[in-house]
Amino acid sequence: MYRYDHFDETLVRERVAEFRGQVARRLTGEISEEEFKPLRLMNGLYLQLHAYMLRVAVPYGTMSSRQLRKLGHIARVYDKGYGHFTTRQNIQFNWPALIDVPDILAELADVEMHAIQTSGNCIRNITSDPFAGATADEIDDPRIWSEAIRQWSTLHPEFSFLPRKFKIAVTASENDRAAVRVHDIGLVLRRNEMGERGFEVIVGGGLGRTPYIGETIRAFLPERHLISYLEAILRVYNRRGRRDNKYKARIKILVAADTIEEFRRQVDEEWEASDKGRLDWPPGEILRIRRHFAPPAFDNAPQESGALDAARAENARFDNWVRVNAAPHRERGYAIAQISLKPIGRPPGDISADQLDVVADLAERYSFDEARATHEQNLVLPHVRKDDLFAVWRALDAAGLAEANIGLVSDIIACPGLDYCDLANARSIPIAERLQERFADGAAAADLGELKIKISGCINACGHHHVGHIGILGVDKKGEEFYQIMLGGSAASDASLGAITGRGFAAGDVVGAVDRLIGFFKQARLPGERFLDAYRRLGPAPFKEVLHGDAAPH
Amino acid sequence: MATLHLTKVPAPGSAAAEEIALSAWRDGVRPEAGSFALVIPNTEDVGGLGEAIAAFASVILEFPDFKDGRAYSQARVLRERLGFRGEIRARGAIVPDQALFMMRAGFTVLEIAERDQKAFVEALGAYTVFYQSAADAAVPAHARRARLREAA
Repeated sequence: MYRYDHFDETLVRERVAEFRGQVARRLTGEISEEEFKPLRLMNGLYLQLHAYMLRVAVPYGTMSSRQLRKLGHIARVYDKGYGHFTTRQNIQFNWPALIDVPDILAELADVEMHAIQTSGNCIRNITSDPFAGATADEIDDPRIWSEAIRQWSTLHPEFSFLPRKFKIAVTASENDRAAVRVHDIGLVLRRNEMGERGFEVIVGGGLGRTPYIGETIRAFLPERHLISYLEAILRVYNRRGRRDNKYKARIKILVAADTIEEFRRQVDEEWEASDKGRLDWPPGEILRIRRHFAPPAFDNAPQESGALDAARAENARFDNWVRVNAAPHRERGYAIAQISLKPIGRPPGDISADQLDVVADLAERYSFDEARATHEQNLVLPHVRKDDLFAVWRALDAAGLAEANIGLVSDIIACPGLDYCDLANARSIPIAERLQERFADGAAAADLGELKIKISGCINACGHHHVGHIGILGVDKKGEEFYQIMLGGSAASDASLGAITGRGFAAGDVVGAVDRLIGFFKQARLPGERFLDAYRRLGPAPFKEVLHGDAAPH
Repeated sequence: MATLHLTKVPAPGSAAAEEIALSAWRDGVRPEAGSFALVIPNTEDVGGLGEAIAAFASVILEFPDFKDGRAYSQARVLRERLGFRGEIRARGAIVPDQALFMMRAGFTVLEIAERDQKAFVEALGAYTVFYQSAADAAVPAHARRARLREAA
């Protein structure tokens, strides 16, 4: 994985020193909260319902054991003993004291981490495929260009005061595990007929109040021109994006208003006029970054693992965990082990300091010192020998991290909701917990197959409800929490937006409503069919019928 | 390091360069003898203003709100595309932590309040590493790395 050199480290240290000065001025009252706000936001520090919240960047979701241990240390010393992984592969701490934040940032700098641009109207943390470097279905490691974009976008002099926040996701696989079609810019690395690498550039996707699936602005951009082309898009957006209404300020609104053809024309005009030779990253720098992502020294373990087969035969829970949570690796003797942060009855994405240490130990011992965060708020050990899977599982199980529900009905994405968030209209976490409890039976959940439930506590859609196979949106109706149900969304390669089914449900009726949907699906499905595919085949009418047909909705 | 001349807001009646608004220039007003500044609203696409700026010693770009970053793009286009060599002056709502971004985008003069002078000077020295090419003379980190590799 990428390691800082002198320049990277110097910049992050300079950032810490700058923020230490700003906090000191705030604490002495030299600057007001109003003046401090833009400064703290530049450093990922939000003022939430109960306390400050610090969002730490995990560039493209990749972490070393040393970094994981440091996150555990921060949770233990400066917080209430836990952290929360977000849908953008970042980690948040919900209870830091303002006076401690410069020290936290200094500790993060010790392990090559920071909170730069995790908030504010700038280019946010770059997200990527959590299986990068481990999956057989990619054409290159997407983290190479993700790191180049990270550097290019860090403290960018032109693009730090955009109309609104700006999110970029990168994948090098046709199996989209980075939700690239619901980002401001999504990048898909491909090869053309001549074998050259280039990006499909997708622009104007996003969720929030006005969801859009992104459109292709360029089908094949040679990778060497990525940075100059990104500059052209960002410049057109910076110049022309709306600034009169924050809810209409994202690039998706501009692209939709212009049409993709007109927006493309403007970007191309800007790009053609630019000095590409100066703006594009030189090949030598890309090569330098590439060397950091050289594959680890995999051994030549055979496809079949006798140890794995024996352990699976003996232990049904382990066998089920392998079936649900392990994914194929590019090397035949290895597997990708996914760690669910959705144990039944716990807030999605939460992890304790002790659990962070356990994952750190496992990454160090069994996964070439790497772990990943996913946009579905889970973790990944990317490179585990099949022979070692049982040992990994036992350690995870002892730490309460062996829930076998990746991609299943209880693997729910939920925003923090009204329990923590200033903006929320309704609680999300208790709804997620009740649904998990209802569908806690692992065998029954496995029988349902892939089923993605996503819950947001307000229309800002941090829980990605628009792209849930079943999406749930909390709204406030005359002081009472109500929940709308949407169906048919997806953030994967078959990206689509869910459609509202009808009137909302009271908090106590949500589980029953989802239960009816799933009961109908079980009757109506074809063999092996996913919920999403059944919905697409049958259309919304029968699903609406089971939701609203006989009961008297509110 | 390039220099950034921090100047005070001109006192009323002081002998500042005469300013001509872009709209006036479009109505036919032209600079005569002396030093003139062209005031360009931040909604303007400056890419087509090559002929206009050629007649001016200074361009004034506006920040109606510190969060409104359009003028950063304008400054870079003036410097990097149109090759404007005169003064580019930032006017409006500016906070110290933006000074370095402004300098990198091509601004040479910021209009700030006297009492903020110290904070601006401090902020200008906060960083020694820059990742990207912009309108200033800073060498991006990737180029410094390449030089180190060549020297090794």
